[in-house]
Amino acid sequence: MTSTPFSSILLVFLGSLIGSIGMVFLKKASANLHKGFIHIINLNAFIGVVLFLLSSVFYLKGISQGQLSVLYPMVSMSYVWALLWAKLFFHERFTTQKLLGLGLVLVGVVFVGFGS
Amino acid sequence: MSSSVVVPKPAHDPQAQRRAIYLVAFATFLGAAAQILMKSGTNYALQHPGLMGLLTDIPLIAGYALYGVMTVLIVVAFKDGELSVLYPIIALSYVWVTALSFVIFHDSLKAVKLIGLALIISGVGVIGRGSKS
Repeated sequence: MTSTPFSSILLVFLGSLIGSIGMVFLKKASANLHKGFIHIINLNAFIGVVLFLLSSVFYLKGISQGQLSVLYPMVSMSYVWALLWAKLFFHERFTTQKLLGLGLVLVGVVFVGFGS
Repeated sequence: MSSSVVVPKPAHDPQAQRRAIYLVAFATFLGAAAQILMKSGTNYALQHPGLMGLLTDIPLIAGYALYGVMTVLIVVAFKDGELSVLYPIIALSYVWVTALSFVIFHDSLKAVKLIGLALIISGVGVIGRGSKS
């Protein structure tokens, strides 16, 4: 069994960060929809999609080397970032259900990583 | 009492957020299908190299198109729901990718992975339930 190179961990870490920031822009983009569906095309959506694509490049490069049992949970760090951004930028509250549910999802991803 | 006035939905209408949760769940299914298509598309591209091969690579093109549809659905869902609720729902893609790989490629399934998927589903369930109140 090979170990996971630090470069892979760094790539996946950056991927999770970039992906979660992309989602913040997609969330901002969605606020335009009340003006009509065509307004889905806006700068925030564009930035969101670019960051989303960029994060998948980082992920693909990152998970090409190393153990998925280490890297999959790193990928799901993006959920933790997103929770922080949601509080910071959209003033969403941390609730028990959100934290408990996210905890279950994270443990689940660790198991999926071990089983892959 | 009928009124033609369209009342704008409040930012976090619980019913709208519930629909948004289902929409993201459906979007992740499309995303998983897109991943499977891209996987087949990559095999096709290896057998048919060059630009013509790329242009006739229907699975790859369909995969990218589905990714586009998924992104649009996610933005539409984000309009009616909290980011902190909807974003973790995307973890369902692990479930769909595993299910589709099992059905289409007959990939093996380990017990550890099944436990993981069950935990992800229950986590998504807890987050979804919390959004009702």
